[in-house]
Amino acid sequence: MEKIETIVDQKEASDKLTATKTATPVKEVVEISGSQAVLEAFIAEGVDTIFGYPGGAIMPIYDAIYDYHDRLKHILVRHEQGGIHAGQGYARSSGKVGVVFATSGPGATNLVTGLADAMIDSTPLVCITGQVFAHLLGTDAFQEVDVINITTPITKWNYQITDATEIPSVLAKAFHIAGSGRPGPVLIDITKNAQLQKFNYSGYKKCTFIRSYRPKPIVRKEYVERAAQLINEAKKPMVIFGQGVILGKAENEFKAFIEKGGLPAAWTILGLSALPTDHPQNVGMLGMHGNYGPNVLTNECDVLIAVGMRFDDRVTGRLDKYARQAKVIHLDIDPAEIDKNVKATVPLWGDCKETLPMLTALIEKKQHKEWLAKYNEFTQKEIDIVIKDELNPTTDELTMGEVIKVLNELTKGDAIIVTDVGQHQMVTCRYAKFNETKSNITSGGAGTMGFALPAAIGAKFGAPHRPVVAVIGDGGVQMTIQELGTIMQTGIDVKILILNNQFLGMVRQWQQLFHDKRYSFVDIESPDYVMVAKGYRIEGQSISKRDQIKDALSTMLNHPGAYLLEVMVGKENNVFPMVPQGCSVAEIRLS
Amino acid sequence: MKKEFTITVYGENQIGLLNRIAIIFVRRKINIDSMNTSPSEIVGIHRFTILIDETEEVVRKVCRQIEKQVDVLKVYFNTEENIVWQEMALYKVSTEQIAEKAKVERLLREFGARVVAITKDFTIFETTGHREETDKLVKVLEPYGLTEFVRSARIAIMKSSRGFHEKLKEFEQRAPGEELIENEYLNQRQGVFSM
Ligand SMILES: Cc1ncc(C[n+]2csc(CCOP(=O)(O)OP(=O)(O)O)c2C)c(N)n1
Repeated sequence: MEKIETIVDQKEASDKLTATKTATPVKEVVEISGSQAVLEAFIAEGVDTIFGYPGGAIMPIYDAIYDYHDRLKHILVRHEQGGIHAGQGYARSSGKVGVVFATSGPGATNLVTGLADAMIDSTPLVCITGQVFAHLLGTDAFQEVDVINITTPITKWNYQITDATEIPSVLAKAFHIAGSGRPGPVLIDITKNAQLQKFNYSGYKKCTFIRSYRPKPIVRKEYVERAAQLINEAKKPMVIFGQGVILGKAENEFKAFIEKGGLPAAWTILGLSALPTDHPQNVGMLGMHGNYGPNVLTNECDVLIAVGMRFDDRVTGRLDKYARQAKVIHLDIDPAEIDKNVKATVPLWGDCKETLPMLTALIEKKQHKEWLAKYNEFTQKEIDIVIKDELNPTTDELTMGEVIKVLNELTKGDAIIVTDVGQHQMVTCRYAKFNETKSNITSGGAGTMGFALPAAIGAKFGAPHRPVVAVIGDGGVQMTIQELGTIMQTGIDVKILILNNQFLGMVRQWQQLFHDKRYSFVDIESPDYVMVAKGYRIEGQSISKRDQIKDALSTMLNHPGAYLLEVMVGKENNVFPMVPQGCSVAEIRLS
Repeated sequence: MKKEFTITVYGENQIGLLNRIAIIFVRRKINIDSMNTSPSEIVGIHRFTILIDETEEVVRKVCRQIEKQVDVLKVYFNTEENIVWQEMALYKVSTEQIAEKAKVERLLREFGARVVAITKDFTIFETTGHREETDKLVKVLEPYGLTEFVRSARIAIMKSSRGFHEKLKEFEQRAPGEELIENEYLNQRQGVFSM
C-alpha cells in the first residue's frame, strides 16, 4: 500500500518539482553485480517479500540474495505457478506490487497462468525470470524459452535485459508500470551474463515518468458535469462497481458518492469488499450467479453508473439485451475499456479517486427510497426461493452456504477470504460478509482453478495481522496442493476450508442443466485431505454433520497456525440464481 | 460495414513493440493487409503504418488497445480520403521477351514503370502508386512471362497532420496540456480520449 502511494505521491509531487529533485541523491559509484542491482532495486522500492523458485539461469540472483536475507524475505514455493499466485495474493491483500522469481525455460513457462490471471484482474506484479547467457539466445540452449514472446499478450510490459547497466533503470520502470494507472503484471527477463556482470552503480532512481505512458488521465470537467446532470435527473439510478474502486484506493470517495446520491450500488466479484456488506445501499452481486434484484433492475434503471469495472460477459449476460434503456456513465482509468463492450453515454475517463469526489460535489443529496425498496422486494423473493434453503437447509445434506454463514458469524466479517473457482467461489462471494476492503481475493477474469491455496499464502504475507481463510473446492485444491509444502516450511497461518462435493461441481451443474445430466468426467476422487495435511505437518479434520460445523470452524480459526478443514457438502447442489449463457440479466433463473 | 483503414502508430523504438502491436490484431483474428515500420519525422521514434479491412467500431477499439501499450505514444486511424498513400512494386520479366516485343516496353511506359536492373536474362521494373495500378500492370504483364512480382506495404501520410514534433513536446512534459487530450482523428467523443 505504501509503495504505490509513494509512486503516485511522487508523481504528483514531481509535477510540481523539477525532475532532478525527485531523484535519489547519487551515492558514490560502487562496483556491484547485476544480481545485486536487482536486489538493491527491490529494497529501494520497499519490497519486503519475494516468492520464488531457483534454477540454473537465475542462480546468480539466488547467490546474491544469500547476502540480503536480513532485508528481503524470500519464500520458497513448490511450483512457480504457486509462486506467482502467492505474489498475486500478496499484492491484492497489501495493495503493494508483488514480486516473483523464476528460472528460465520451464520455470518461466510455469508463470504463464498467473500472468494471464494478473493481467485480466489488473494485479500489480514484477516477475523476474532468469534467461540463458545472451550469446546463447536463439540457439535452443538448455532451458531457453522465448519468454518475452510467450508473455507479451499477458503482461502490461515486458523487457529482456542482456546488460547489467540497464538493470536499475529497467526495474524502476517495471515497478512504475506495474503499480500505476491500471495496474498489471510486468516481466523482466535477465540473461545470466547480465546477472553476473559487474558494473559501476551510482544508486537507484525511482521512475515516475515515461513519455509514452500516461497512467493518470486528465479529467475533463465537462464530462463530470454531464454525468452529474444525468444523475441528478435520474429517477432510478444504479451504481455498479468493480475492482477499480479498490485499485484506486477510492473506497471512501466511493462511499461518500453513493451516500450523497442515495444510490443503490451492486458489485462485481472483484469489486466485492470495497463497500461493507452491511452498508444499506449495498444491493448485492451482479452477474451470472449474482443477486436477483441488481440483475433484473439493471434492465430497469434509467441511469447506470459503472465505476472501475469493465462489463465482463459474466456480468452483462447477453450484451444486446443489457441495460438498453439506461443512459450509461462509465468511470474508468483505462480508455480501452470505455465503449469496449457497452457504449457509454458519458465516458468519464480518469482515476476514480479523482473523478468520484468531483462527481460527489456536483450531485444533489437524494434518497431514492422507493427505488431502493424495489431491490428489497427482489431480495425478499430471492430469500424465499433460494437463500433460505441455502443458509438454513432442511435436508440432511450440508450446503456450502450454511458453512459460509457460520464462518461469517465467527469471523464477524473481518477475515480475508480467498476463493478458488467454481460453485464454492460463487457461494462464498454471495454469502461471505466483509467489513474491510481488500478482503475478497479471487480469480475473477481468468477463473483459474488452483489459485486459492497459493494466493492465500501470499495474502497472509501481505496482511500478516489479518486472519486469512482459503475456501477451495475438491477439484481446485488438487491443482496446487503442493503448496501445503510452502505452508509447512514457512509456518504461515493460513486456514484452508475445503468444500467437498465430490464433483467438479460447477461443470457438473452445467452438465445437469444444459447437457441432460450427462456427467462427463466431473466425478473426481479426493485423497484423504486430513492425512495429506498431516503429511505436511498441518493439522486438520473432516466433518460431514451439521452440528459439527460451528465447532470445527472455530477450532480452525482458533488454531495457532495453519489448519485444514474439509466439509463434506451435498453432492449435487446447484448455485442459483443463474443467468444462463446467452440470456439477458433480466432472464435470471431462481431455480 | 467493413472498410479499408490505415492506422498510423507512433512508438518508441523498442524491440518487441512490433509483436505487441501485431498480436492485438491476431487476437481478434483480423488479417493485417500490410504493415510497414520505419523511422518517423523524429529521430528515435518509430512509425508503423498498418492497413486493415474492418468496421470503424472494431478499428477504434483496436486502436485504443494499441495506444494503451506502454511504449506506444499515439495512434491515428484514417480512411482513404484523409491520407496520401503509396505502395511500391517490383516486376521481373525475361529480357528476351522485352527485346522481342516492343509492345511490352510501351505498356510499361504507359504505367510509369522504371527499369531498375537489366541483365542478359531478366529485367526488373519498378512502379510506385496505388494498388489498382500495380494490380493492373500484373495482369498486363502476365501474358509476357512475368517471372516474379512483389509489392511493398503501404506507407501513408495524414493530410491534416502537422507532424509529431509538437505532440512529442507535450508528451515530454510531465503535465500534458489540453491540446494533448484533443483527438483530431478518433474524436467521436469530443476530445475525451487522447487518440
Ligand atoms: C485451470 C482450470 N481448469 C478448468 C476450469 C473449468 N472449471 C471451472 S469450475 C470447475 C469445477 C471446479 O470444481 P471444484 O474445484 O470441485 O469446485 P466446485 O465447483 O465443486 O465448488 C472447472 C473444472 C477452470 N476454471 N480452471
